[in-house]
Amino acid sequence: MKVPLSWLKEYVDIDLSLIELADVLTMAGLEVEDVLLVGLPNPYEQAGAPQRREVSIHGLSWDPEKIVVAQIDEVMPHPNADRLVLCRLNDGVSELVVLTGAPNLFEYKGSGPLARPLKVAYAREGARLYDGHQPGQMLTTLKRTKIRGVDSFSMVCSEKELGISEEHEGIIILDDDAPTGRPLVEYMGDAVLEVNILPNMSRNASMTGIARELAALTQKALRKPQVNLPANGPSIAGKVSIQITDPQLNARFVLGMLEGAEQRPSPYRAQLRLRLAGMRPINAVVDATNYVMLEIGQPLHAFDYDVLVKRAGGKAPTIITRAAHPGEKLTTLDGVERSLDDFTVLVCDTAGALSLAGVMGGQESEITPGTRNILLEGATWNFVNTRRTNSSQKLSSEAGYRFSRGVHPALSSEGVKLCLQRMAEWSGGVIYSDLVDEYPLPAADPEAEISTGDVKRLLGIELTAAEIAALLSRLEFACRVEGNSVFAKTPPHRQDIGTGVIGRADLAEEVARIYGYDRIPATYMAEELPEARVRRPIQVEKLVRQSLARLGLQEVINYRLTAPEREARLAAAQPEASLPTYITLKNPLSPERSVMRRSLLAAILDTLEKNARLRDRLALFEVGPVFLPVEGQALPDEAPRLAMAMTGQRGTPAWDSPDSAQLDFYDLKGVIEGLLESLHVGNAQYSHTDNPAFHPGKSAQVTVNGSVLGVFGELHPQVKARYDFLAPAVVAAEFDLAALIDASASRYEIQPVPVFPPVLEDLALIVDESVLAADVEAAIRQGGGKLLTGVRLFDIFRGEQIGAGKKSLAYALSYQASDHTLSPGEANQIRQRILRRVEQLVGAQLRS
Amino acid sequence: MGEDENILEELDDIQKDGLETLASVQDEAGVQAWRTAHLGRSAPVMLAFTRLGQISKEMRPAVGQKANQVKLALEAALEARAEEVKIASLRQKLDTERLDITLPGRRPTLGRLHPAAQALSEIIHIFEEMGFQEYRSPEVETDELNFELLNIPAYHPARDMWDTFHTTVPGTILRTHTSPGQIRAMREMCPKPIRVILPGMVYRYEQTNASHEMQFNQVELLAVGKNITLGDLKGTIEGFARRMFGESVRVRMRPSYFPFTEPSADIVMECFVCGSKGCPVCKYSGWLEIAGCGMLHPVVLRNGGYDPAVYSGFAAGLGPERIALLKYQVDDIRNFWQNDIRFLEQF
Repeated sequence: MKVPLSWLKEYVDIDLSLIELADVLTMAGLEVEDVLLVGLPNPYEQAGAPQRREVSIHGLSWDPEKIVVAQIDEVMPHPNADRLVLCRLNDGVSELVVLTGAPNLFEYKGSGPLARPLKVAYAREGARLYDGHQPGQMLTTLKRTKIRGVDSFSMVCSEKELGISEEHEGIIILDDDAPTGRPLVEYMGDAVLEVNILPNMSRNASMTGIARELAALTQKALRKPQVNLPANGPSIAGKVSIQITDPQLNARFVLGMLEGAEQRPSPYRAQLRLRLAGMRPINAVVDATNYVMLEIGQPLHAFDYDVLVKRAGGKAPTIITRAAHPGEKLTTLDGVERSLDDFTVLVCDTAGALSLAGVMGGQESEITPGTRNILLEGATWNFVNTRRTNSSQKLSSEAGYRFSRGVHPALSSEGVKLCLQRMAEWSGGVIYSDLVDEYPLPAADPEAEISTGDVKRLLGIELTAAEIAALLSRLEFACRVEGNSVFAKTPPHRQDIGTGVIGRADLAEEVARIYGYDRIPATYMAEELPEARVRRPIQVEKLVRQSLARLGLQEVINYRLTAPEREARLAAAQPEASLPTYITLKNPLSPERSVMRRSLLAAILDTLEKNARLRDRLALFEVGPVFLPVEGQALPDEAPRLAMAMTGQRGTPAWDSPDSAQLDFYDLKGVIEGLLESLHVGNAQYSHTDNPAFHPGKSAQVTVNGSVLGVFGELHPQVKARYDFLAPAVVAAEFDLAALIDASASRYEIQPVPVFPPVLEDLALIVDESVLAADVEAAIRQGGGKLLTGVRLFDIFRGEQIGAGKKSLAYALSYQASDHTLSPGEANQIRQRILRRVEQLVGAQLRS
Repeated sequence: MGEDENILEELDDIQKDGLETLASVQDEAGVQAWRTAHLGRSAPVMLAFTRLGQISKEMRPAVGQKANQVKLALEAALEARAEEVKIASLRQKLDTERLDITLPGRRPTLGRLHPAAQALSEIIHIFEEMGFQEYRSPEVETDELNFELLNIPAYHPARDMWDTFHTTVPGTILRTHTSPGQIRAMREMCPKPIRVILPGMVYRYEQTNASHEMQFNQVELLAVGKNITLGDLKGTIEGFARRMFGESVRVRMRPSYFPFTEPSADIVMECFVCGSKGCPVCKYSGWLEIAGCGMLHPVVLRNGGYDPAVYSGFAAGLGPERIALLKYQVDDIRNFWQNDIRFLEQF
């Protein structure tokens, strides 16, 4: 909410600087997000200003020497230009002629000396202003120039030039009582506080609301606007009646009347305040309703009384409030015909709907230039219904904003009275001396209790009951102390205080706010510590991510939202019926992000594709859930997954060793082996897989003790073709993270560091091409037994020397005993056992 | 003066001459040549020994001693010079092996964790040190847990604070905050004391732009016990801020509003980018918001199974990406999930 400082000062004395004021409000929950200067000097740009910022302050300061109130005594035609006029102007020092093109002066052109001089904002040579002709706010300095043969060195200003609004259609014409020669900043310089109103502080969404809080915080008196209806006006009796159908929807409805209003602009000071508060001035009647809403927080609505009488066939109208009927329609004052929902509350008369209660008036009964007699509504509407109407009609108005957060019913009559007063002042007319007031559901204004023990227990501070009562009294709670307890009756302007344990928390917050959050000591919990919990999956997941980073992979984190088509790239075309089911959004932001992913592999391949042209080598991994709907269950299975994807060059090329070898199946397998090693997963088996995403010959599934941990391999050429990859091969993996974590060992045994040296030897074994390396190694290990401590395949050879359909596998072996150095004879025995066993099991021959 | 005295002078000359020529020896070959010339079989000092027999008996010991001294002196000088020559020639050789040390090194491939994950784990680590344990809860949630049980009934004005992704399953949404985990943790652990940290991804139905994402991480703290105060909350968050941003950081707790806490607060910290002098990062306010928090609302405690007349507690929520955004001055929050390698590689 925009709060002009001058307006606030009308209700409370402020002896704080702007910075202090912003701080006091912010520290009470009324965060001042920003301060816009409209004339006043910037405290951060003055001598001795604090170095540290506490609040953002910006805007235009008006130089008191150069921008003053002046009066135009005569408006004369320009000798050379029809669209310019010359003003005989008095700036309090001297009389000058000032040139302007302001259209709102044309009506005075050539009519001789003005009987009522026009008061204006006058800028002298050298004044700093916003350029009226540039879009936005461009600072400029007034310089001497010649326009159409006439000297120009100063000007009369528009609102835009002074930073008041975007208005540049004409110059500002001030109220008649503006003192000529006075610096403009003294007359009307202001600062607008942008205050963020929290949902539970809607009572503060007005000038008096903020002032009340400030009065409580600074211990000053609140000056509420005086509201009195004239005792001698006509009576409203017999002019109108009210029928409230459902008090839950409409707790109170108040009507007042003004007769013989004239439609004219409101005083400039009122217009200025509306503008600074972010509303557009319209005319004195409408401005008065908006002004009072901003002033005390009660939205008001003015009807043309004569229209209502006509609709009632010449009789006194009856105002009826009710929920809309099915299919009911209303044309609102913005000219839109609206279909209404059953939760929308209407203000009607006997002829039908008049307005959307608390949200927007109807077109037919709105105030027009011909309106003379005004029926003024001040009511209280159910905030839930108002909210629902706001959102279903896509309307956001200042009234709707306040009603959707709750307006206290006490404000209804206060608002009507104050508004009638302002209307009569600004537009003339006679105020009726009484109101029609239906109040079927009086406000509860509950009493809540808080004790000294509660304050200690919840806030950690020691206060006496009297101190607590004193703090709450500053907020107008009526307090009663009984022993250690304070019973606080809610003042009749707020609806955020509950009863029982809730009321206690509500009061604790109020005590803390007024006492000051800054004064609450920072302490550490003295409370008993909870028992430690075993969180192995979380620990192992962390280890998985760290291990993969150590193995040279970059972690990525993708959107969990995707589109089925993106995931479908991984699979062969499927019939509609067998398509997977997804957690699907009812309100997606885009079709690209419409379902929760089922495949982490698809996500990581998307990322790999996006980066494919940026690097020679890419190796990525991601850890995160996939979302698998479960039949008969509202929530899906959020299964943790690990995906990896690699493509491009094997190594990082250096300037002397450009590495052109491409990453392939075995690079990814190496990463997986490294990962399993760091997790101490024993006994992993690799077997071919028929997963359709992968090349059938260059892919594998990893199994440990019969449980499948994951699949990996080179992408199937058809799958790869659906992506934009340049490299000849892309290898990727998807693991079930939960299975991987299960397979990891939390406890494992290590081998003692050997004392005696090993015997090292190489054996080359010739086997048939079809024999698997894993089988050869298993046979070697069987043959070697315990004394065989190392087996490493270091070469594979194929060629004529060993015959077609054969391959030679060369192994570096180490034999070692833990208690002595092996003799050549013992080593020979081991070798012979190995050779016998490999011959038996895989048909291997020693290559000589 | 006889022959015998002459030979003493002669020996002095031999030593002098030897040392002089040695000084000009520059390399290994010169060392060898000098050794032959001055200490070899026919070197002058060696010949002096052969002449000892011709010297008078009285003088013989003196001359012998002198010849010995000269020989030792020459040997010692040779040894020193030889070492010098060796060092000089090594230095010369090493000089020729000089590398261009400004050429880039050969890099092993460096893997990294995602910047959001780094920020998340830094935060988790700090809170773990303070006695909070990680607790996880689902990302697809019920409306009941995400809103109703957290004291946010349907059509409540506070619902405006969270724009929600709804799924096609009625009552099922993408969680808008990690707070439903509060209820889950409380229901699981009631009536024991709780000190947990709830990290994870949350979702908002919000058009993405440089400062808004539809998906982001949150870290939520939850403490429940019998004597937990607003002061404890303040101390915990201040302790966190000091560990995360430095010992001298200035932190304030300001009143705020969340439906599931009361009293509620925002934690702001002085802007570390500009030292609170005013900059675009803090929007010239001098302050950065780092957390929302408060004392658990009685309704929430009750929904978790704890009696609000006996138990109290606090909750606090932080945004790791936002903290990373501020810390590394990332200009666009969308960078985090776009996973451009040129972004990720910088962390």
